[in-house]
Amino acid sequence: MVAIQKLIDENGLRVDGRRLDELRPIKMEVGLLANADGSAYIEQGRNKIIVAVYGPKEAQPKHIGLHDRAVIRCRYHMAPFSTDERKSPAPSRREIEISKVIREALEPAIFSEYFPRSMVDIFIEVLQSDGGSRCAAITASSLALADAGIPLRDLVVACAVGKIEGKLAVDPSDIEDKLGEADMPVAFIPVLGKISLLQMDGMFTEEEFIEALNMAKNACMKIYELQKQTLKQRYLQIEKEIQETPVQKGEE
Amino acid sequence: MRMFERRQLVTPGDLLAEGDYIAGENTYKEGNRIYSQKLGLVDFDDKKVFVVPLRGRYIPKVGDIVVGQVTDVSLNGWSVDINSPYKAVLSVPDVTGKSFSPKLDSLTKILGVGEVVVGKITAFDRTRDPTLTIKGAGLGKVGDGLIVNLTPTKVPRLIGRKGSMINILKRETGCEIIVGQNGRILIRGRDSKKVELVVEAIRMIEEQAHISGLTDRIKNFLKTGKGD
Repeated sequence: MVAIQKLIDENGLRVDGRRLDELRPIKMEVGLLANADGSAYIEQGRNKIIVAVYGPKEAQPKHIGLHDRAVIRCRYHMAPFSTDERKSPAPSRREIEISKVIREALEPAIFSEYFPRSMVDIFIEVLQSDGGSRCAAITASSLALADAGIPLRDLVVACAVGKIEGKLAVDPSDIEDKLGEADMPVAFIPVLGKISLLQMDGMFTEEEFIEALNMAKNACMKIYELQKQTLKQRYLQIEKEIQETPVQKGEE
Repeated sequence: MRMFERRQLVTPGDLLAEGDYIAGENTYKEGNRIYSQKLGLVDFDDKKVFVVPLRGRYIPKVGDIVVGQVTDVSLNGWSVDINSPYKAVLSVPDVTGKSFSPKLDSLTKILGVGEVVVGKITAFDRTRDPTLTIKGAGLGKVGDGLIVNLTPTKVPRLIGRKGSMINILKRETGCEIIVGQNGRILIRGRDSKKVELVVEAIRMIEEQAHISGLTDRIKNFLKTGKGD
């Protein structure tokens, strides 16, 4: 690997040629797993993440069930081949923590009170990691929840904002995250106007923080539109195919 | 003000209507705005806004006919899997019609683990597991037939308006079809070709439930399918 000297070039472009407020290319898909109740796949830059949702189902073991709402369980896991060096498949401290913050980012959007004594399982598998995998995982998880038909107040969407060479940049990649000065993942629930995840690594001034939050919200709204399109895509595709085949009248 | 036409595809969080509207199934109200909770087709009934979902688990409702499978035999009844987050409880009087004495009767002889029943939900309020009865016309233990799974939210589409769709299927194929509201469909027929035809028709309904004109497409499919 060539050592990178500058993260932003003289034209104001980043190492991968993006502008400061530009997202990495995003590809999403839903309903790709037959055995799960809901599933989603996301590619955001070099991130490749697959999410499966099961439930609501009977709480198992029974004592974890709550009498007033469903239990949400979340597992964020990185595949051993998802990083440069082999990663141990055992859940690390980082993964356990991310599982918890993702669960807490999604919970306010789920009508869990509709299914007391039951549980919902969310399995997130990172196949290939780049920077901002927790944000991409949240975006994909809410798609998988919607695909499973679990009632939601809104889709949850997440995006990070970083500080690289003193400038704020949206959706930092792995290298920008590592060499940059700060990184702030934000999860946003647009309809409720609420932020359900806000973490920060590094330092921002107060002005920078406010600016970064606005940048994150704007980026989230772009991803939010993509999410909605992705959910509808499959059904509109079937509809198109049917309307293109002419209806033959009975052959009697 | 309505934001969508009838039967348009909506996603969770879509603003469906604003103003003097009532939030129906699978929608919720924030102030005077009504939003969707699920991926589905929006519909309006005067002032009521509701969403017909495309995917989702079966939630028991009193009076529903369901197809279930016995998973456990306990001291005073059976546990029945009804393809929902809550397992159903079937007690002895709801099977035999009389009370039972552990000295004389053996529960496993009446219904064993793995046996399939057609039952009716008699009580459910989410604080307790639903109770089931298999006494009544059309209910009881199932001896033979084929069970096909359908997404529970698409069961109303399989039945059709006032039973239009299911009646076509029954009439055209001559098969006996018992539709469980939990998305399990029991098909009985002498001709295995006809049974296959029903299964394929159900698959078609599963895939195309959100597109109008489905009844005509099924009619066509059955007519052409019967020829060969």
